[in-house]
Amino acid sequence: MLALLVAQNIAFYIIAALMVVGALRVVTCKNLMHAALWLVLVLAGAAAQYILLASEFVAITQVLVYLGAIIVLFLFGVMLTRAKTGTDEDLDNKNSAKFIGGGVAVLLLGLMGYSLIDGFKDTEFGNLMVQRTSEVSDSIFSTYLIPFEVLSVLLLAALIGAIVIARRD
Amino acid sequence: MYLNQFLLLAAILFCIGVYGVLARKNGVLVLMSIELILNAVNINLVAFGAYWNANDNTNVSGQVFALFVIAVAAAEVGVGLALVLLIYRNRQSIDIDDVDMLKG
Amino acid sequence: MFNMIDKVWIIPALMASSFLVILFFGKRWGTRATAGIGIAAVSICLMLSVIVAGNWISRVNHPPAGAALAAEVLQANGLTPQTGENIAGEVNAETHDSGETVAAGSHSSTSEATTEASASEHGGEHESVPPVVRTVTWFQIGGMEFEMGTLVDGLAAMMLITVCIISLLVHIYSTEYLHGDVRFTHYYAFLSLFTASMLFYVLSSNTLQMLVGWELVGVCSFGLIGHWWEEKKNTDAALKAFLTNRVGDIGLILGVIITFFAAGGTSFNVLHINEYALSQGANTTLLLVGALCLFGGVTSKSGQFPLHTWLPDAMAGPTPVSALIHAATMVVAGVYLIARLYAVFFSGLAIGSSTFHYVAFIGGFTTIIGGLLAFVQTDLKKVLAYSTISQLGYMVMALGVGAWTAGVFHLFTHAFFKACLFLGAGSVSHACHHTFDMREMGGLRKKMPATHATFLIATLALAGIFPLAGFWSKDEILAGSASGQDNAYTIMLIFGLITAFLTAAYMGRAYWMTFWGDYRGHAKPHESPKVITVPLMILAGCAVVLGFTNFPKSFFGFKLPGSFTTRFEHFVEPTFAFPPIQHAAFTPWLAIASTILAAGGLFVAYQYYEKNRGPHGLTSRNKVAMAGYTFLENKYYLDELYTGVIAGSTKGPLARAANWFNQNILDGIINGIGLGARKIAAVVYVVADQLIIDGAVNGSGQGSEGAGQLLRKIQTGKVQQYASILFAGAVVLAGVLVFVV
Repeated sequence: MLALLVAQNIAFYIIAALMVVGALRVVTCKNLMHAALWLVLVLAGAAAQYILLASEFVAITQVLVYLGAIIVLFLFGVMLTRAKTGTDEDLDNKNSAKFIGGGVAVLLLGLMGYSLIDGFKDTEFGNLMVQRTSEVSDSIFSTYLIPFEVLSVLLLAALIGAIVIARRD
Repeated sequence: MYLNQFLLLAAILFCIGVYGVLARKNGVLVLMSIELILNAVNINLVAFGAYWNANDNTNVSGQVFALFVIAVAAAEVGVGLALVLLIYRNRQSIDIDDVDMLKG
Repeated sequence: MFNMIDKVWIIPALMASSFLVILFFGKRWGTRATAGIGIAAVSICLMLSVIVAGNWISRVNHPPAGAALAAEVLQANGLTPQTGENIAGEVNAETHDSGETVAAGSHSSTSEATTEASASEHGGEHESVPPVVRTVTWFQIGGMEFEMGTLVDGLAAMMLITVCIISLLVHIYSTEYLHGDVRFTHYYAFLSLFTASMLFYVLSSNTLQMLVGWELVGVCSFGLIGHWWEEKKNTDAALKAFLTNRVGDIGLILGVIITFFAAGGTSFNVLHINEYALSQGANTTLLLVGALCLFGGVTSKSGQFPLHTWLPDAMAGPTPVSALIHAATMVVAGVYLIARLYAVFFSGLAIGSSTFHYVAFIGGFTTIIGGLLAFVQTDLKKVLAYSTISQLGYMVMALGVGAWTAGVFHLFTHAFFKACLFLGAGSVSHACHHTFDMREMGGLRKKMPATHATFLIATLALAGIFPLAGFWSKDEILAGSASGQDNAYTIMLIFGLITAFLTAAYMGRAYWMTFWGDYRGHAKPHESPKVITVPLMILAGCAVVLGFTNFPKSFFGFKLPGSFTTRFEHFVEPTFAFPPIQHAAFTPWLAIASTILAAGGLFVAYQYYEKNRGPHGLTSRNKVAMAGYTFLENKYYLDELYTGVIAGSTKGPLARAANWFNQNILDGIINGIGLGARKIAAVVYVVADQLIIDGAVNGSGQGSEGAGQLLRKIQTGKVQQYASILFAGAVVLAGVLVFVV
């Protein structure tokens, strides 16, 4: 049991480190394609974290939807807007905007970190059990049925909206 | 494992995302940064969901919420990229600081 | 006859579905089908309304008694009829007229004899007949249950029929009038929606629901005034109507809230509120505030001074709409509100014991200013619009002096002859190249005989000439003001008599300018087709006969059997949760005086505008007269005042002080009356308006412009800068929450 916990912790920190590095590269690197690929790393890391949290269904959905669909969408976006291949020095705002953004982000992180550490100091997970997919489906189709239906309408609206916005007329 | 591990990771990703949204000029990159923010939220949701699930095995609300967020994020990216395409078609550029017609 | 009274919700629902069908399929199915759907829906509604009215009449004739009555009473108050024990006590408490009404259960027979015996002295002439209330739960908040439902009594049934008849005729008329219009479907969809909203409004069982209906009719009015939005002035008029009504709506919302809490904060039910207002321990101060707030809504919707300015501009819409909405039905929503919540107004304003109060005064004042303004209009529709304002003032005044039946009766008769006048004006304009300018008309009497005849009848009805509808209702109002409740409302009576003269004179002016003399325009006028003239004839017929529905008990000593007199009062006036009011008897000298005044008005107009006698060109020779004319032509400068105040409101106190100054001065002048006073007004205008208001407006303009110049630097248009500010603000807020709170 202890060994499992240690292994879980080690896995968490390795994946977390990769995710943070990936995320930093997404927002700093000078190549649009590379940024998209770094994003793949972050999203895959998130999926792995979900596995660690014993939430397999979300993990699989993360892989299917994010890695499978959304990244492809991004690549389409990159291609359709004829972005430069290779390094592009003109991806960022001026330095002043970067400083403001950095300042806001650091302040936000400080604030959130303080309140998280303050609020959940030693809260540990109990005995993590696998959350079965059948439970998830039961929950979606009973308790959360109406939000689910509303969501399908939202997707339809987004579909129509995207077509209307992007088509040539 | 501590709950805080995940929450702090999410906080870091969130702030990186915020930085990206504020500092990047390219529309597609801004959208990617928004994805980072959404993922940070998802990690939070799943972490809390797992925390509560340890007490009550039938409670999977965290996962359900995360699934909803994923679906909304997909819709958001779809519409967002459509907007970026439209901007590109009209101005031959996707630098969002060019789009300042609302200037006072 | 089957019992429709339980299922009246079908009527508005039918119109609403007609709206949806026209909205979704109208374009595809073509104009004929569109009009057909609308007309069919209104016709069915009219039939159902007639059945409802029939149900109500039989209910009044055979009122529920005993346990059935008790159950009804409980249901009317929004309670479930189950508490059997204290029913008798409840009912005793409900029935207000101690002398005439007997405790529940003991009077089962209704008889004309009882009615007649008590008729002359007492308010509650027949037994208490509770309205039919049917409710369902609307929503629940914080353990409180809000209901929605229908309330049918004589007043609601009368409104149902009025709205349906006029709406039906307007639907038919519009097929020709708007023939070939670009937005024909849009127009019919809005007509249906409007009818549905109005029916919903009059059937509302609680004030919250009334608020919804009230806003819905406002939206329809907005949409239809701006029907031809390609022209800037039409959209401006629509906006003006909407915004002016918003001002009053604030009052209405406050009034609804105040009455809700005044009546214990448990129910919005109209009857519940009315009963509270009549109960012994009612807080009259709260009721006064509530009534005045509600009257704010009435002021805007029913075009009372000083918020009447939107109504003439609303004539920018198509003429049938003006007839339906801005003359006959929607604008009386405010009057209906007073009639419906009468107990609140009665107790709050102490109508029974005073001789002067705000509502009656504003009503009387509005009749005069509306009537005066109608003289300087050259646009036929605007004359009618100001006449509407004036007549609405009449109704409000009648309700204000306690003559409930007279006010509602005038609402009823006025709807028909004013709709007839408007549709007649539309017919004239249809013939004359779509102009409403009376200077380009004249001599149409021979060319359009049917239109002329109906217009003449409606004009005489409006002027109050015996024996047309307007005579009876106006006379009742005057008699009501003359006798009042405890004391006579003398000032209101004088207002009313002056207006009787003014009404006849300006209508005579419009009539002679339009139909007599030589034709002055350039078109080739011709009689309108039957689709237009038949509705006119029906309305003119109504204008002739409807006055007899409330034939007085004794008319110059002539007495009809009791079952033929004051039928309107008998069936329409509520007997449940209604203040004990006294009815004025027919007053011969007033009837003669008002008829003489009206005839005099017509005669003066005839002499002046047809025979060209009298002091013509006075306005160009005499400075005083000139000043008066300009003052009227500028509509008392109210529009300028509002623009000034709205623009100056950023400046706050100074502009408000100036506004106060201006309004008080204005009020003072108009009270003073007379041309001499008007000359002073012109001087005051120069001082108050030019110096003070303009100064305030300019100053505030410069102030806000300076601030704007500073602030616009932040508005760079760059999304990410906004996002930075947003996130930074979020950080600060969160920091405050984490570290301080």
